[in-house]
Formats: sequence, C-alpha cells, structure tokens
Amino acid sequence: MWLVVPLLLLSGCDAALIDPAGQVGQGLRSLIFTAFALMMIVVIPVIIMTILFAWRYRQTNLAAKYTPNWEHSTIIEVFVWFIPLVIIVFLAIITWQTSHQYDPHNPNSVTENPEEVMEIQAVSLDWKWLFIYPDLNIATVNEVAFPVDQPVRFQVTSGTVMNSFMIPTLGSQIYAMAGMDNDVYLESDREGVFRGRSTNYSGRGFSQMLFDARVTSEQEFQQWVQQVRQSPDTLTYPQEYEALAEPTVAHPVEYFSQIAPHLYQDILNRFRGGPSDGNHGNHGREQNHSSDQAHAMSAQAAE
Amino acid sequence: MATETLKQDDHHGEHEHHDTTGLKVFGFWIYLMSDLVIFGMLFATYAVLLRGTAGGPGPDDIVALPLIFVSTMLLLVSSFTFGVAMLAQQAGRKEKVLQWLAVTFALGLGFILLELYEFHHLISEGHGPGRSGFLSAFFTLVGTHGLHVTFGLIWIAIMFIQIRKRGLDDMTKPRMMCLSLFWHFLDIVWICVFSFVYLFGVMV
Amino acid sequence: MFGKLSLDAIPFHDPIVMSVAVVIAIGGAAVVAGVTYFRQWGYLWREWITSIDHKKIGIMYFLVAIVMLIRGFSDAIMMRSQQAIAAGGAEGYLPPHHYDQIFTAHGVIMIFFVAMPMVIGLMNLVVPLQIGARDVAFPFMNNLSFWLFAAGVILVNVSLVVGEFAMTGWLAYAPLSGIEYSPGVGVDYWIWALQISGIGTTLTGINFFVTILKMRTKGMTMFRMPIFTWTALCANVLIIASFPILTATIAMLTLDRYLGMHFFTNDMGGNMMMYVNLIWAWGHPEVYILILPAFGVFSEVIATFTKKRLFGYKTMVWATVGITVLSFIVWLHHFFTMGAGANVNAFFGITTMIIAIPTGVKIFNWLFTMYRGRIQFTSPVLWTIGFVITFTLGGMTGVMLAVPGANFVLHNSLFVIAHFHNVIIGGVVFGMLAGLTYWFPKAFGFKLDETWGKRSFWFWQIGFYFAFVPLYILSFDGAVRRMQSYEQTEWQPLMFVALFGAVLILFGILCLIMQLFVSVRDRHKNRDLTGDPWDGRTLEWAAHSPPAFYNFAHLPEVHSIDPFWEKKQQPGGYKRELSTHYEDIHMPRNTTEGPILSLFSLIFGFAMVWHIWWLVAVGIIGMFVTFMFRIFNDDTDYYVPAAEVERIEREYHEKLGMQA
Repeated sequence: MWLVVPLLLLSGCDAALIDPAGQVGQGLRSLIFTAFALMMIVVIPVIIMTILFAWRYRQTNLAAKYTPNWEHSTIIEVFVWFIPLVIIVFLAIITWQTSHQYDPHNPNSVTENPEEVMEIQAVSLDWKWLFIYPDLNIATVNEVAFPVDQPVRFQVTSGTVMNSFMIPTLGSQIYAMAGMDNDVYLESDREGVFRGRSTNYSGRGFSQMLFDARVTSEQEFQQWVQQVRQSPDTLTYPQEYEALAEPTVAHPVEYFSQIAPHLYQDILNRFRGGPSDGNHGNHGREQNHSSDQAHAMSAQAAE
Repeated sequence: MATETLKQDDHHGEHEHHDTTGLKVFGFWIYLMSDLVIFGMLFATYAVLLRGTAGGPGPDDIVALPLIFVSTMLLLVSSFTFGVAMLAQQAGRKEKVLQWLAVTFALGLGFILLELYEFHHLISEGHGPGRSGFLSAFFTLVGTHGLHVTFGLIWIAIMFIQIRKRGLDDMTKPRMMCLSLFWHFLDIVWICVFSFVYLFGVMV
Repeated sequence: MFGKLSLDAIPFHDPIVMSVAVVIAIGGAAVVAGVTYFRQWGYLWREWITSIDHKKIGIMYFLVAIVMLIRGFSDAIMMRSQQAIAAGGAEGYLPPHHYDQIFTAHGVIMIFFVAMPMVIGLMNLVVPLQIGARDVAFPFMNNLSFWLFAAGVILVNVSLVVGEFAMTGWLAYAPLSGIEYSPGVGVDYWIWALQISGIGTTLTGINFFVTILKMRTKGMTMFRMPIFTWTALCANVLIIASFPILTATIAMLTLDRYLGMHFFTNDMGGNMMMYVNLIWAWGHPEVYILILPAFGVFSEVIATFTKKRLFGYKTMVWATVGITVLSFIVWLHHFFTMGAGANVNAFFGITTMIIAIPTGVKIFNWLFTMYRGRIQFTSPVLWTIGFVITFTLGGMTGVMLAVPGANFVLHNSLFVIAHFHNVIIGGVVFGMLAGLTYWFPKAFGFKLDETWGKRSFWFWQIGFYFAFVPLYILSFDGAVRRMQSYEQTEWQPLMFVALFGAVLILFGILCLIMQLFVSVRDRHKNRDLTGDPWDGRTLEWAAHSPPAFYNFAHLPEVHSIDPFWEKKQQPGGYKRELSTHYEDIHMPRNTTEGPILSLFSLIFGFAMVWHIWWLVAVGIIGMFVTFMFRIFNDDTDYYVPAAEVERIEREYHEKLGMQA
C-alpha cells in the first residue's frame, strides 16, 4: 500500500513538491527521494520478514522448526546493529552536506554570485503578508512578483505572532518572528503563479493567509512594478502601517507606490528595546495596554 | 513442593517492608533532582533573558551586594544550625533538636524578610517583574528559591510541633531527614543564585 | 464576585456544544442515579475513590483514558468532516473559533488524557506484580497522582461548556498563547489542566522509579527485570527529568499571562523562541515516555505468544536505555525552520537519526523472537504485527523529517500529522490495546472477547491507512496542518478518503467498546481463575487473577528473566497450592486525603481560570489543610493478620478447585 504513494504522486500529478520550480525545490525533492530510497533498504525487508515469519511460524504449522530457548545469536545481533548503522551513517553524511547546501541563510543555495540577488522583505501580519521592495521603494500585500531565474533573498519577520513563510513550489520555508530578522533564498526557473502561505498556525485567519508569487519575465516584472507605482496608496510608518496591521482575514491584494524609508527596520525595532529608548508611538500604546490589564486585574481582585 | 521455590524465605521477605525510611529518603532525593531541573530551566531562562532589559535596569543596576551578603550568611548559617539539629536527633536529644530547629527557623525567616525587602525596594523603584524580560527572569528565579525557603519554614514549623508532640519516632525521624536534605539543597541552589545572579551581575 | 465568569461564558448559541453538554448531563445524571439507586456510593468511596491499591488505580486510569478517547476521537472526526467539506471557498460547518479549539483539544486530550493515562494505568497494574512487590513505594502519593490527573481531565471537560478552550495548537506556542493575542480563558484552562495533571505525573514518575529500583523481590537483579518493567523504568526516568521542564515552562507562561511578565512576549525583552525550545525539551522526551512502555508491551506479548524467550534481552535493554538518553538531545528537530543555522540543524538531524538505530534493532529483535516460534494469533499478537509494520513506516517518515533539508518543505505540513499519528496510533495506541487485552484477565479474572478484539484491530489497522496515507500524499502539494478551510478543490477527494478512514477507526473504537461489553456479559464463560491464561513467563502470572490486594501471600524469589516460565518447565511443573504457613502482611490504608486534596486543586484551577480570587484562596487553604490532615495522620498502615491471609488464600483455592 505504502509503495503506491510515490507512484501515485509521480504519475502525472503536478503536486508542488513533486514538480518544483528552481534549484532549492528540485534539490530538496531529490533529497527526499534519496532518504526515502535509503530507508527502503530496511523497511522492505522488515515488512517481508514480518509477514513471512508470522506465516511460517504460526502455531498450526508443526513442520516449522521450534526453538523455545533460543535467545541469542551474535551474528544476528551484529547484523541488526550494523545494517541500520550503515544506513544512518550514509544518511548522516547526506544530512550534513545538504543542511549546509540548502541552509535557508545560504545564498549559494540559489546562486554562485551573491551580488545578483534581489532583496524582498516579507512581513507576516494578522492575517496577511506584507512584501517590501526596499530598492524599488514599493510594497504590496498578499502578492509578490519577481523575474524568472532571478535569485531572491527574502528577509522575513513578523509584526504579530510567529508564522512561517513558504512558497511550496519553490522549496524552503522559514519562520517569521517578531523582532527577528530571518531570511531564505529562493529562485524559480520557470514562469507561473505559485501559491504561497503561512504554514505555521497563527490564529483565526490562518487558513486564508495566502499570497500569490508571480514569477514572470523581466519585462513583465517591470510592467508589474509600474503598475504598483501607479497605485494611489502609500504606506507610512507608523500610522498607515498600524492601520494595515489591524487583524483582517482574506485581505485583498494591495499595492503601495510609496513607503516609509526604513519600513522593515522600523517593524523589527517595534519589538526591540523598551519604552525608554523607543521613539515609536507604538510602545506608548503597549504600555497603556499592559497597565490597563493590570488595572483590570486589580479591579477584579477588589471584587 | 513446587511452589516453594517461587517464594522467598519468609523471614527475609517480611522485614523489607519495615524499612520505609530508606524508601522515603530515596524518593525525596529523586524529587529534589526533579526540582533541580526546574531551577536549571529558570537559570537557563535567566541566562537567555540577561540582555532582554528593554531599556530598563540590567543586573548591575539592581544588585545591592551588602544586603545579599547578609542574607547569604543567614542561609549558610541556618544550614549549619540544621546540621546541629540533625546531630542532636542522632543523639536522641529531643529538646536540643527543638532548640536548633527554632534557631534555623529564625535564620530562614530573616532570609525571607530580607528578600521581601529587596523585592519591595525594586518594585517601588519601578523595577518590578513586568518591567522587562530580564526582570521577569530575575524575580522568578530568586522568587522560586524564596518560595521554596518559605515552604521549608512551614515544614520546620510543622516538624517543631510534631517532635514536641510525638518526640523522635519512626514518623518524625525520616521527615527530619528529608527536611534536612531539602534545607541543604536550598542552600546549594542559593549559592548558585548568589554566584550566578548577584556576583556575576556586579562583575559584568 | 465571580471574576471573569458570567452566564455569557456558556455557549448557549452553539448547537454542537450544547447537544454534547446535554448528552454529558444526561449521562452523568444516569450514572449518579444508578449509583444512588443501587446504593453503591459507599462501595465506590471505599473500594475505588480512596483506594491506594495500585491495581485499582491502574484500572481507573485506563477507564478515564477510554472515556477521553471517545471525547478526543469526536474532535478528530469533526476535524476530518470539516476538512472534507471546506474546500474551494466553502466554509464547512465549523468556524475558525470552533475549529481551532477542536484541534487544540484533540492534541491535548489524546496525549495527556488518553495516551498518558493508558501508559500510567498499565504501569500501575503491571509493574508491582512483575517485580513481586505488594504495592508501590508511596501508595498515598499514587492515589493523589491519579486524582490530580482526574482534576486536569475535569478542567478540560469543563472548558467545553463553561467558557472556551485554547485556540493555539496543543503546545500553545507563545506569543500566540500570550495575553495579548489570546485574551480569553482558553489558554488558562490549558495551563491549569496541564499544570495540575502534570504534577500528578511527576509524582507518578518518582513513585515508580523508586518502586522499581527499591522494591524488587529477592533475586530480581536489574538484568532479570521483565522487559516491560525496564521500559517503565526508563519512561519514569524521562518523566522525572522532563516534566519539571513542562512545569517551569507553563509557570512562566502563567506569569506572563497573570502578572504581565515578559518571558515569552514579542516585546519588552521577552524571547518567544525560548518557549519553543523549552516546550520541546519536554515534548520530545514525552513521546518516548509514551512509546517505550508500548515497546515493553510488545516484547512481553511476542515472547508469550510465540512461546519462546525474547530474542536479545540485553540488546533490548540497552536499546531502551540508549533511546532514553538520546531523547534529550533531539528537541530542535521540531523547528529546523526557525533558522538556527546549518551546523545546529545538522547536529540535531543526525542525533535524531541515531535514535533510528536502537529502534531498528528492537524491531529486528521482535522479528527474531517470532523466528522459530509457535505464534498464536491472538488479538495482542495481531496488534503487535500491525505495530511492527505500521511503526516501521512511521519511523521511516520520521527519519525523512529528521533530514533538515527535507524538513524545510515538509515542516508544518500534513506529512508531520501523518507521521506522528503513524507512530502514535501504530505504536502507542496499538501497544496499549495489546496490553489491555493481555493483562485484562489478570486484573479481572476473565478474558476479553477475541472476536470483537480482532474486529477492532482490523478496523483500526485499515482505518489508519485510509485516514493517514491521503495526508502524506496531500502534504506533497503543500497542504498544511490546522487548516480550517482550503481553496484547492483537488484536495477534496483525498480528504474524503481520510474521513472514510476516520469512520473505519470509529468502528474500531465501537468494536472495542463492544468487546468490553460482551466480555463482561459473558464473564462466566471467559473466566480464568488459574491466574495464567496465556501460559505466561513473568511473575504477574504467578499471582491470582484478580490478585489479592496484597498481591502475593509469600513474596516470590526469582533466579532468571522468565522465572514463572522456567518454573513451569521443570519436571512436575508448577502447581498452585496452599502454603502451610502464613505471616502477617504490612499494608497501607486507604486515603481520603488524596481525592479531597485533588478536589481543592480542581477548585483552585477553576478559580484561577476565571480570576475568582476568593475561590483561589479557598482552593489553596483547602489543599493545605487537607495536606496537614495527612501529615498529622499516623494511622496510615496496618497489618493483615496471617489468619486473614490464610482465609483469602483458602477461598481462592476452593474457587480454583471448583473451576477445575
């Protein structure tokens, strides 16, 4: 039954992880298949032996040999330790190599020339994704675009609880955490619109926390940028950002033609430091928030 | 008789169950080890949150070393006085046990009062546990130790009453042994708190 | 007066919750009425609630586990049907507010209130008998542990009707579980249910660790201990070392929520990554707390029903010890995608894979126990064979997840869900149900019905594959866990298959209940008084079935790993005979303090959830005063007179003679 699974997947199915775009996704796919194949060296014999032994040594089969006091065999013991050991050694070597090669922080996972990497910043909010193009000074919500064959570095953080940034077709994911500047390098070798999402549950609107990753030709990408630039909306910090950060579910795609100069850094800094060294309006609000809470609690205590 | 070999010599078997003291002390040891894991986690958390001061005070800002030195001495001496109480117990001298328990109690109480004073002082200066991650970790680590000492004090009080009522018997003696373990354990944990939180705090 | 609690807390508008509440109310009323009508309150109080008898406590644990299995499974089938419907814009019938509580409750209930009590229940029933002891080291504490656990169970169930449960996932990751993002009482229910029952679990760990190390009968060296006792020992070491981590972590979350501290908050110097690390530093050993005793059950079952010594006893022991140690250095594999860096990820990936080696060795040892045996296909053996195949597959997907690169695309997907159900259903559940069937006659003196047992097995086994193979497949198209709805209609057919699988498992559970019902009904037909229905190997089969409350009139002495089996092999075999001479037996008395103390802990927990501070005080003072009663109570044990022992033994032998 189990063996049907990969076959089912391979037979014409265009599942995201089976038919990935770009080096990372393809590399990880072959890694999964390699690990799977290595494990089969043990799994298949175990299953066959289980069925075979169970059948052959059934109680009614008096023809089979019966050794009630047999409890040890050095040869067998050596084998049962040795075979899993060898496989795990193999797998460990592969693990060590691929952990470095496909480390999300490693630019070499997508390019040999880190200079050519494009920077996009992704911020998870309740429950939508904000994408910032620092070099183009534009931003979008729930839609991200970049040219085909263009290595991209996604800087990932969160303006709320933890999420995980993933475009399944392209491979790796990385956690988006408030105050933490994470990153993942991705690239696509074919054009298309791929669904991206948060994979880490983050509350009520989590299921609809989806976005489109548009991988286009260089020309179409430029057109898209122009389109974003024509948007009447801007994203200032903190006012318009805070309005955007208010919880919404299934937020529509939005374009911002102008953004605050250090928007991503500002979002990171919201969570760093404390009230005294912060000159953002937010901290005052948070302070009030928590003292309100304390007030509410003591009021209850008084009751 | 076939059954006979599966059962053990009666005269050996029945006596093992009388040795509940050993079981209790061993079990208590194991409990202390699991308690140690809690302290270990709090120490680890403290280490992680050392830099999480959120613009508030750091370790060097909140340590009043002379005060801590006095309270450390109180606790160390109380460990010694408890030791004397245990020696008195071994000698079977009930009154001496009670006297030294009372001294231990007083010293422990002094420690707790100093800690409360320290906490009160910090909170009144606006350095309460809600001020920053660092202060949360500080108050929780030191406070958890303080809570243990408080339980130790309650326990000492109970033992005082029980020994006065019952004397030193099969019930009170193992309990005193466990309490002794507990009290020395808290001393050791405090030495870690003292070095790691306070000494290290002023050094940095 | 009532803190945050008001009538609004009861979800009158929710038909599902309300109908469940009505069913529980009617059921509860029927039970109360029945007990009152048959005047059984005194019996219940004397023989069960206040009992310190490890066998009865074990039975109570298992009973609660089966009830909670039904609750947890209801959550499961609601999730499966929701996901079968809610595709391509359809919202299904469970809005996020409800669905998110359900998957949280499902995880919490299945791990803490089904798997744990099954494991602990079985340890209670079996371990003292296997090591030839009369009870556990601290019988009062054992009773207290059970009732603290029960208080946790009650709190979780109260949350169904009064207020809400957490909407955070079963591990309540901060900062989502912090007060800022979860201001409701759901997380507080989670906190206090786990904290109270967790303390009970820690006490159990200490209790059984001391019991196994200190109370073994004469001649039972460590390397003569039955393998189930070995696995129980290792599980208890894990409990002692890991549950305090849970306690500390939940306590810190509590301080964040109740006193505005900043351990795990996003801002003010808090560090939410520390929460994830701490919770998994407990969470990973926890899965071995569950699986190791299941391994123990399979070892006992396979040796007994192949009528053969366990192959490689020492290897099994060392493999178990190895897994125990390794389980503490793998926790980071639950969050490779946090971005720790290649060296850290690779290290934890490789340590995780290393666990596959001793586990693989165990699998081979079970196979070589079957080799050249005489296998009786009883239902425990079916569970075992089902386990070997299913668990091997689950282990394989586990190793795949342990490769950080593969994990980068599989993390948080349905692959993870399929994997851990693969090992928990295929390992823990199968193991516990095998153990239930295997030791049931020891506890009750009659066997479970085999026909219904086998039906249950086949439904569970086939249902499992139908329910979870689709999830493995879907994960390759980016389907993630905890989706209340999804847009891809092409996922829907497989979601239906998964629902079908869940329905098959439902039939498995119904067969299990039917099995219990039929067996109790036909108990006279299935009676086994010999104490040894399976031709067993270890000491528990030398005791009566059900064993006298003191277990053994004479403590046995052992000379080998399978003492009872060896005895039976000797010329003349083994005969149960009356001894010529009995002695007084020292036994602990029942306790009223255990259940009462736990009742106050329940009151305390409930009051903390709702911020009813005066009731919190009542809870604390109540617990303290009850504990003082215990401390000042010196009438905690007594001697069973030799004449009484002789009377009980004689009565049993008369029954035995009549049956023969």
